[in-house]
Amino acid sequence: MMMKLIHSSITELRKQLVTKEITPLEVVDALVARIEAVDPQVKAYLHLDADAAREAAKNADISKPLGGVPIAIKDVLNVKGDPCTCASRILKGYIAPYDATAITKLRDAGAILLGRTNMDEFAMGSSTENSSWGSTRNPWSLEHIPGGSSGGSAAAVGAHTAFAALGSDTGGSIRQPAALCGCVGLKPTYGRVSRYGLVAFASSLDQIGPFTKTVSDAALLMNVLSGHDSLDNTSSRETVPDYTARLDCGVKGMRLGVPKEYFIEGIDPQVNAAVKAAIEKYKELGAEIVEISLPHTEHAVAVYYIIATAEASANLARFDGVRYGHRTAKEFPASILVNGEKEKVNQVLEMYRHTRAEGFGPEVKRRIILGTYVLSSGYADAYYKHAQKVQELIRQDFTKAFQKVDAILTPTSPTAAFKAGERTASPLQMYLADIFTIAVNLAGVCGISLPCGFTEPTADVPKLPIGLQIIGPNWGEETILRVARAYEQSTTWHTELPPL
Amino acid sequence: MSSQGIDVKYVADLARLQLSDEEIATFQKQLTDILGYVAQLQQVDVSSVEAITASAPTSNNLRSDDLKPSISAEAALANSPSQSDNLFIVPRMVE
Repeated sequence: MMMKLIHSSITELRKQLVTKEITPLEVVDALVARIEAVDPQVKAYLHLDADAAREAAKNADISKPLGGVPIAIKDVLNVKGDPCTCASRILKGYIAPYDATAITKLRDAGAILLGRTNMDEFAMGSSTENSSWGSTRNPWSLEHIPGGSSGGSAAAVGAHTAFAALGSDTGGSIRQPAALCGCVGLKPTYGRVSRYGLVAFASSLDQIGPFTKTVSDAALLMNVLSGHDSLDNTSSRETVPDYTARLDCGVKGMRLGVPKEYFIEGIDPQVNAAVKAAIEKYKELGAEIVEISLPHTEHAVAVYYIIATAEASANLARFDGVRYGHRTAKEFPASILVNGEKEKVNQVLEMYRHTRAEGFGPEVKRRIILGTYVLSSGYADAYYKHAQKVQELIRQDFTKAFQKVDAILTPTSPTAAFKAGERTASPLQMYLADIFTIAVNLAGVCGISLPCGFTEPTADVPKLPIGLQIIGPNWGEETILRVARAYEQSTTWHTELPPL
Repeated sequence: MSSQGIDVKYVADLARLQLSDEEIATFQKQLTDILGYVAQLQQVDVSSVEAITASAPTSNNLRSDDLKPSISAEAALANSPSQSDNLFIVPRMVE
């Protein structure tokens, strides 16, 4: 019975909680037992306070929409009283003094917050190998990475060591790991979910979103997370519909776009075949498939690594060893002798420089330097402003496409999960893992990834999940959830279990 | 875009990052590769782009200017590596 419970969706769990077949405490106990059995291999969690979760379970209000449901949180969101390190040494020992708005909303909806999940340091990466606390492994093959940057959240949901988890997505950090771990991941429209309490990476691109086992569960979480917040002035006042209301309306008569730029050389043939088969399935389900063009797609990665690093270099300036986190233990003399002359030392500046050198990992340093460079005097016009203009062209591509189609179908990632260590030597190679997800953030629109097949197992590599990405226009969450649900209901990929 | 390339040591100084010689050499190569890749953007004709809109259509979000509770000074200082008398302590910066 407990094994079955662990594999339940939130929707199934809630039914059993409401009918009192199970109690929230039993749910937490079963989940903690599963985590203790499986997580030493997967390493999705950085921090787990089982006693606090049990305490919360005893007081859980089942009448609320997520009453009694434990949810894991990416280590980038502030949860009052919990550590929040962004998987960075520079935030070692930091205890969040307040709740992020997304966390407040989960609490208000009755959820039990259980555990903090691993990530690439400051959400910079596509494999979770940039974590300062060690890497997470893919639940389908422990030699493979879970994707990133929200790799811990994806691996936990994929390994059924979480019923759902929150992540953040700046260039694909929810959808890409969801695809690689065989779960559902949704990046909302920019402004749909308040970013208050999310440690900022690239503020104009960051969004918080859910990882779930099923599309219905994603709708349930979006109902809770969405809406305007006076603490985040970029959150939208756009009406929040009930995302579960039209889930089962099907795709008959809908127009679904297939952009030719997303089926290119370099995409894994098995990924290509699985996504093409999904497109055929949509035809069977009554959708009209329309070939479209998003002509500026090939420039998305280049634009992203200018815009996102520029914003990151500014956002990460706050980590200076003064208000929180690490400060260098080195002491600096007030003056030093240079060629026999006494020269004054700026001690504060030296403290900043050494604190940041000791606290940040290599990928974060690399991006801070790149971002500083593209904003620096003499280069800002050529790099940053030019990239913003190309970003506008990418946005216009989507605007034009959504005049013709209701949603767009693409692969989420050009390949299934890759082996740990395979791409760490080449940052550029790693950046190309996000080639199909980045444009969505640059355009501000929404996207969801859901399982659409597996690779063929070989002697060395077990079968690995493949993800289908469905992209919708601004505020099109209801549409992409409905399109995703129609596919999920007619396939069984989401019911397969990892070999753990 | 400039063909002079990036001076990692200089830019790291702007970003308040102390780098080892080894890091400078590694980043110099890696960032030169990345800048080589992003140079593709030069080929994109952006003459049709008049205004850059935000990531999502937004207008000014205004709110009333009211006093509201926020975290206490103690809570704000609790994570500081060095503090005293409700103040953050930093190395001496004024003679």
